[in-house]
Amino acid sequence: MAKAENLLYLDGVSVSFDGFKALNNLSFLVGRNEMRAIIGPNGAGKTTMMDVITGKTRPDEGTLRFDGRIDLTAHDEAEIAGFGIGRKFQKPTVFENQSVRDNLKLALKAPRGPFATLFHRDDEAQRTRIDELLATIRLRDRETDLAGDLSHGQKQWLEIGMLLAQDPELLLIDEPAAGMTDAETAATADLLREIARTHSVVVVEHDMTFVRALGVKVTVLHEGSVLAEGSLDHVSSDQKVIDVYLGR
Amino acid sequence: MTFRFLSGGLTGGRIVMLALLVAAAILVPVLNLALPESHPLHVPTYAVTLMGKYLTYALLALALDLVWGYCGILSLGHAAFFALGGYAMGMYLMRQIGTRGVYGDPVLPDFMVFLNWQELPWYWYGFDVFPFAMLIALAAPGLLAFVFGWFAFRSRVTGVYLSIITQAMTYALLLAFFRNDMGFGGNNGLTDFKDILGFDIQSDATRAGLFAASALALAGGLVIAVAITASKLGKVLIAVRDAESRTRFLGYRVEHYKLFVWTVSAMMAGLAGALYVPQVGIINPGEFAPANSIEAVIWVAVGGRGTLVGPIIGAVLVNFAKSWFTAALPEFWLFALGGLFVFVTLFLPTGIVGLAKSAAQRLRRLREPQTPGRETKTPSEMAAARPSEQAAE
Repeated sequence: MAKAENLLYLDGVSVSFDGFKALNNLSFLVGRNEMRAIIGPNGAGKTTMMDVITGKTRPDEGTLRFDGRIDLTAHDEAEIAGFGIGRKFQKPTVFENQSVRDNLKLALKAPRGPFATLFHRDDEAQRTRIDELLATIRLRDRETDLAGDLSHGQKQWLEIGMLLAQDPELLLIDEPAAGMTDAETAATADLLREIARTHSVVVVEHDMTFVRALGVKVTVLHEGSVLAEGSLDHVSSDQKVIDVYLGR
Repeated sequence: MTFRFLSGGLTGGRIVMLALLVAAAILVPVLNLALPESHPLHVPTYAVTLMGKYLTYALLALALDLVWGYCGILSLGHAAFFALGGYAMGMYLMRQIGTRGVYGDPVLPDFMVFLNWQELPWYWYGFDVFPFAMLIALAAPGLLAFVFGWFAFRSRVTGVYLSIITQAMTYALLLAFFRNDMGFGGNNGLTDFKDILGFDIQSDATRAGLFAASALALAGGLVIAVAITASKLGKVLIAVRDAESRTRFLGYRVEHYKLFVWTVSAMMAGLAGALYVPQVGIINPGEFAPANSIEAVIWVAVGGRGTLVGPIIGAVLVNFAKSWFTAALPEFWLFALGGLFVFVTLFLPTGIVGLAKSAAQRLRRLREPQTPGRETKTPSEMAAARPSEQAAE
């Protein structure tokens, strides 16, 4: 089966809440193994775009396709997650009352039905995979601690680790560097670049240093549609972008 | 297989509770039946029956903890499942009366003769067979829970809204069972039972047997609850409780998980009701009263939700207090119950078991004043330590 060149395809997508147009005729493509950064002022529709892709919000109109064949508007959150779209929230959302290791175990790619999990048995391959992930997100020495006891930055990393555990084709990552120290931010950028070698990644971020460190194509959203697209240098010299976002 | 299931979840307190229940199932009947009444260790029959009743309440509390403590579904209608199980048992016991009823009809229970009914309604068929009645005691609450849950969870009704409709469910059943033409004895319910499985329901030996059955059923319920909560499914349930939408984005069908645990819990409550009825000798629509479900929530809160052992302790203690109060100071019981709930909510949010756990932890810390290691490190210390680690890499 020929794979579509564009993993994610949004065309003419609009969403309005009580008359407020959160997304306005938004069109947007993400290629296979591409990393894309999305910037834009508050209320530009960044989070709504992620809600629409992951099935949390239904668009009023427009086309959303994943992998060229799946119509995302016809499915709910759990199904869309099953297709291979993983999401990290703006506010780190981990299962605070469970251990770091169990958080990863819950996220690990495996059958998701109640009877499959009731009779689930850990196997060696899964344990090894969780160990690898713990090493990647540098939480090996905290694996038995409750996720709620982690620092803000560590929770962000755990959530990225949970995303990787799902082994999705497309990762949607909302403000991964928020609340991180400079060193952590730099390490996060390294990690995302590493991930983008084998996955498609969409990163929403406000931190310009971080976006620069990623060194990828940037899409600027404004009032629910694309204002500019290109390298960071290209968009930051665009007068419209300076007016609505960077200049302020 | 069962052992593998349990290995993760059988902690100290749970093993002690299981051992206690099995020991009680053997010892209490022996102390009641084998020792003469004058013996200081003799357990009087009324106490056996009273404790047996507490144990069925404890099983209801355990069932409620499974959905509330582990999946965050606060049911204010769990007594409905308990009562349905009770009615199934009551119907079996009615059919056992035979010609010994006031009207002496070999088939029809007294209330049907009184209402001039000519034949047994179809839904009473088969209830003269004990295994069938027991099957219905599990299946009727299970089916009601499945249908109710199917609609409620699929429409994503959660939190206080779900609690309110569970309350409405039990209230609707209360009104329905009050009606004479429902064929369940109306206002009076089902009573005047004579025997169960051929044994006289009033005899000491039968009462001791029912006590043992209740203790073993509770032990079995605890084993099942431990197996469920210790499995990966149990971790998903806690994930749903703490961050429902996050769990969905991980690809789990939250409504299927809720439906599973909700149905299992309802069947457990049904079994509790079926064991309750022969011990108290009556089942009537009053068991559907919304207040009963709310009382069960208090037992769980007092014992400690999300602990499994806690609700058992809570149910027994609160009901022991209730028995004492309603004898000594009957008019103060509801005030005491309300006060207890407020007190637990404000000062003991983790219940008795939670209090015991944190006390044990504090004691351990006192004994080993300086344990080097991660437990003593606060998250901020960890964060502060990390940049240097990264620099070293």
